[in-house]
Amino acid sequence: MASGLVLDQDLQQELGDTAAPQSVRDDIPTFWVSKDNIHEAIRLLYANIPNPYTMVHDLTAIDERGRVHREGQPPSDFTVVYHLYSFERNSYVRLKVALNEKQLSLPTITDICPAANWYEREVWDMFGIAFDGHPHLERILMPRTWSGHPLRKDHPARATEMGPFRLPDQKQDAEQQALQFQPEEWGMSRESEGFDFLFLNVGPQHPGTHGVLRIALQLDGEVIVDAVPDIGFHHRGAEKMGERQTWHTYIPYTDRVDYLGGVMNNLAYLTAVEKLAGITVPPRGQMIRVMMAELFRIISHLVWYGTFAQDLGQMSPVFYLFNDRERAFGIVEAICGARMHPNWFRIGGVAQDLPNGWDRLFRDFLQYLPPKLDEYDRTIMRNRIFKARTKGIGGCTIREAIEWGMTGPNLRACGLEWDFRKKQPYACYSQLDFDIPVGTSGDCYDRSVVHVEEMRQSLRIIQQCVDNMPGGPCNAEHPLATPPPKARTMHDIETLIHHFLGVSWGPVMPAGEAMAAIEGTKGNNGYYLISDGGIGSYRTRIRTPSFAHMQMLPQLCRGLMIPDLLAILGSLDYVLADIDR
Amino acid sequence: MRLNLFPLLVIAVVLFVVLNLSAGLIWVERRLLALWQDRYGPNRVGPFGLGQILADSIKLFTKEDWIPPFADKPVFILAPAIVVATSLISFAVVPFAPGFVIADLNIGILFLLAMSSLGVYSVVLAGWSSNNKYSLLGGIRAAAQMMSYEVFMGLSLLGSVILAGSFRLTDIVEAQRGLWFVVPQFLGFILFLIAGVAETRRLPFDLAEAESELIAGFHSEYSGMKFGMFFVGEYIGVILVSAAISLLFFGGWLGPVLPPALWFAVKTMFFICLFILLRAALPRPRFDQLMSWGWKVMLPLALVNLLVTGAVVLARR
Repeated sequence: MASGLVLDQDLQQELGDTAAPQSVRDDIPTFWVSKDNIHEAIRLLYANIPNPYTMVHDLTAIDERGRVHREGQPPSDFTVVYHLYSFERNSYVRLKVALNEKQLSLPTITDICPAANWYEREVWDMFGIAFDGHPHLERILMPRTWSGHPLRKDHPARATEMGPFRLPDQKQDAEQQALQFQPEEWGMSRESEGFDFLFLNVGPQHPGTHGVLRIALQLDGEVIVDAVPDIGFHHRGAEKMGERQTWHTYIPYTDRVDYLGGVMNNLAYLTAVEKLAGITVPPRGQMIRVMMAELFRIISHLVWYGTFAQDLGQMSPVFYLFNDRERAFGIVEAICGARMHPNWFRIGGVAQDLPNGWDRLFRDFLQYLPPKLDEYDRTIMRNRIFKARTKGIGGCTIREAIEWGMTGPNLRACGLEWDFRKKQPYACYSQLDFDIPVGTSGDCYDRSVVHVEEMRQSLRIIQQCVDNMPGGPCNAEHPLATPPPKARTMHDIETLIHHFLGVSWGPVMPAGEAMAAIEGTKGNNGYYLISDGGIGSYRTRIRTPSFAHMQMLPQLCRGLMIPDLLAILGSLDYVLADIDR
Repeated sequence: MRLNLFPLLVIAVVLFVVLNLSAGLIWVERRLLALWQDRYGPNRVGPFGLGQILADSIKLFTKEDWIPPFADKPVFILAPAIVVATSLISFAVVPFAPGFVIADLNIGILFLLAMSSLGVYSVVLAGWSSNNKYSLLGGIRAAAQMMSYEVFMGLSLLGSVILAGSFRLTDIVEAQRGLWFVVPQFLGFILFLIAGVAETRRLPFDLAEAESELIAGFHSEYSGMKFGMFFVGEYIGVILVSAAISLLFFGGWLGPVLPPALWFAVKTMFFICLFILLRAALPRPRFDQLMSWGWKVMLPLALVNLLVTGAVVLARR
């Protein structure tokens, strides 16, 4: 392995001798903790050390049964992986627990950090690993009637591996029976002190949920007593697909995770891949990437802005903002050839250099958007009904936000100035000058303010990129970069062979693991990749911001009314593909 | 015989104009909204897309008229009829021009208010009989909203009544020969305009419908021409409130040069467009905000307006 052990003496001391460090390729301190000690270790790191790791960034598992390159790691059939993040230290820590195939269970950590709830359910759903003491260990992404655990290596990845689908009457009845709504199964009671609650099923087909999201509402009149989100309708198995695609051919799938974010997803994925490969992208490539990613941040925020106004009943802004988005797409189209899902970044750079006249397109847009944003401030943000609908609605404190894994604009709306572009600069963000807008109360209005201001900051970043675009190559000269260099293929056989293999197989990444998390359009978007020395990923884990935000929904909307629920949903800025992957 | 035929003629003309106008308004609204929203709107069927009106009517008439099995059938059928009937009957007291009125009642305004209040039964019954939780919530919202907005709607008109000294609509129009009541009764006009928007349940007061929350609310379960009747009923309501505004505050048919009926049409059309502009511009307040606004702001203002108007009129005597 190329990169060495990340030695963190303090952490090692805190965790004790039983925790065994592991070498990784991403500089995140990694320790193996035994099943019996994990609960205590999490409690320690989460609360009982100075500058604790207060955010459960991610919790997932790996089916290790087919993995070949595990040098220096304890034997394990299934490994549960915890990523914690400390804001004070500005660093992650990774804990791993080895499990035997025959005893797939470990203690839950939901009693320490409630935000682990959905993550543990997902691990149960995808791997069949049970968390003892979990309050509600049910499937979360797959239907309840599903048999098998999809992310296990022995679960088929393609429909053709599963035999033809049949739906005999008996099965249909059973499926329908399983869909009957029983409040108790959702953790809600039917009545309270002499009156019955009204249960309202919002979605999965509902104009206010922005996609196939279902929320079971427990109502007292129009007041929300409890809300339970039901996710998984948009689950496409993006992580499973990662295991059968090559490193290179997985890029288009990432486009579709946060489908409003376009190349922003490519950037998150490729940052992790490049960490594995040890590739440094040349300055021009980085600047182009940042420029396009910021353009997509604007595009995503424009959609959010328009649809949020529409959720509040204002019908016109969505048309104006989609028109503006259309202009931005004009630029994307001219540069990438595609619009929403450009699939344009490559390992080590981008698909091709910028076309002639690209800067004029950007300059026109940079002239066009700011006055429009001012106009929308007048029509939307300063509208008194808009303010009445959003101020003081769905707020939370910084502490709660961190506890529940809230990131991105939603976290900044609470007042914490925290942007991974500044705190852990990746690509060329360290050379760029921009501000981090923050709110104060974290309510729907503050979230809006932060979103709107972020568009202005993104314009600033793009302006700097346009003005200071460096020359030179935009792709890295590296054997693992794609597409492989072609210039000399017709001159010597060695290059021809390398090119042929690089194109037909794709690059072979050195074995190891790396996690990279960036400031996506909606929050912290991370890819945790494990290479087993193959042409594709052994395990692809996608940490998405929307998943964490949706888990927070019940506590944001309790005690409010149905229209407030829609305001909160709109302001949270999620997309279902980003939740379900 | 001639005397008996004239009212029938008026009824025929009023029905023809109002029903066609309300159908045509669908096109007007869609085109105007499109204009304000940087898009085209219906422009394919016939010149300027005018054939869209016909196409929409054919579609609504020929669509399957489905009654959900879980609905309360008689009430479900009755509900859409009420809204059309009550708003059409209200036109009985509306004078389109001097002498051109079906029934010039001496309690015209009261009749108007009574009829438009009855219209809410349509929404409540539709929401109730649909047996759908979203519809029920919509119906309940409508009832609560009507209750709070009816009160000051009536009060806001009383200023004009005091100034004219009559409940008869023709008298009120005639009393505005010197000065339109919008000047002395500006507050009353604003209050009535807001109440009128609420009365027709259009944005920003479409809480009973609230398509991004309650998915069309009270008429979620309606299809075919029953849905069409709610649709048309809403536009008849818009015409009625616009007509009432121009009669009570803008001198109805009074105006120079042009024939009286045309003046009335122009004024009414202006307010119809204002209704559509409001829909294009404003978000929807929350249900409880709307209620507290109605009771805590609008009602006291209406009472103050009434008190001041009464005091001034008394003092002048």
